[in-house]
Amino acid sequence: MRSRQAIALLALIGFFIASYLWLYKIGAIGVLKCGSGACEAVQTSPWAVLLGVPVALYGVVGYAVLFLVALVGAQPAFARRRAPTVLLAALASGGLIFTLYLTYLELAVIHALCRWCVGSAVVITVIWVVSLFGLKTWGAGGVGVARADRLPVSLPPP
Amino acid sequence: MKPFYALLGVVVAAGAGWLVWASRTTPAAAPATSGPVPVAADGFRGYALGSDSAPVEVVEYADFQCPHCGEFAVLQLPTIRQQLIATGKVRWRLRDYPLGSFPWSRVSALAAQCAGEQGKFWPMADTLFLTQSQWGRSSRNPSGFFRDLARGLGLDRDKFDACLSSARYAGRIEASHQEGEARGVTGTPTFFVNGRPWPDEHNISSDRFKQVVDSVIAAQHKR
Repeated sequence: MRSRQAIALLALIGFFIASYLWLYKIGAIGVLKCGSGACEAVQTSPWAVLLGVPVALYGVVGYAVLFLVALVGAQPAFARRRAPTVLLAALASGGLIFTLYLTYLELAVIHALCRWCVGSAVVITVIWVVSLFGLKTWGAGGVGVARADRLPVSLPPP
Repeated sequence: MKPFYALLGVVVAAGAGWLVWASRTTPAAAPATSGPVPVAADGFRGYALGSDSAPVEVVEYADFQCPHCGEFAVLQLPTIRQQLIATGKVRWRLRDYPLGSFPWSRVSALAAQCAGEQGKFWPMADTLFLTQSQWGRSSRNPSGFFRDLARGLGLDRDKFDACLSSARYAGRIEASHQEGEARGVTGTPTFFVNGRPWPDEHNISSDRFKQVVDSVIAAQHKR
């Protein structure tokens, strides 16, 4: 439960970072608060668009999906189901791979590092670590906890 | 669960507030226009390099402060000039597309236009791209730096100063920007080859240009 709540919060932060970059890309925000020209260099590069869609929009959608899955998974009705944990780990892994590819482009091809992209990379990395932790603890103790919950609170008198 | 939802509420409020603040404090440039492609009041359609009878025209929308435009101008364009423009295959037209996200996009475009008034557009354009790292990161208006460049190129400094300080060609630059928006340009550099968008957004090397231009010319010969 805790890991799903943590992922929901982190995904929400990532969602706002990606939204900021996307709003800039579609022209709703004029200047990126970046401290250097690197964010503009990245965001105005040909690699800021993938298959005709701004890369930031992939982030917006990805974080939104992560948030929704984590939020639903954090509900008491889903607390004992393993599927949300597995799904979160899978989504986070996909997001991390995509982020690694984008970071490679920034470092090796564009030669500029956007601070907001780094922020998003940190967020998805932490989400990934938390999701793996959730997966591991579920296998090790999560089910056990669920079984313990089914035990009577107090033993019947002899 | 209650602290969790309270925390979610705080993040949502902070995030939404931040986005609204960002959009209000740094408003975007003029919205995209629709309808016919705008033309500058003086009918200017951009400076062009190469033969008027070249079978292929490449139109580049560029921002002098955009690092990718600078990289392209310094690393790829010299080879393109040698292989495609000098050989009469390509006519290269440069259009201004100041991005709005860089502080000195418009003043640098003005500097190039003012040099063009004295017949030195291309030397100034090349020099602006070449020296981009010197003036592009400056927090102060680089007009003085541009004046020095103009002097170095042998321009009449008084005429250049008068042109730059009066923003004489601001209308041209804005018309070029609107033209770009009307054609769907969102970033720089953006290229059109004989009116069609560049086919390979991730590859703008001189080799790729040669490949594309040769294929366009070959297709023309087949007709």
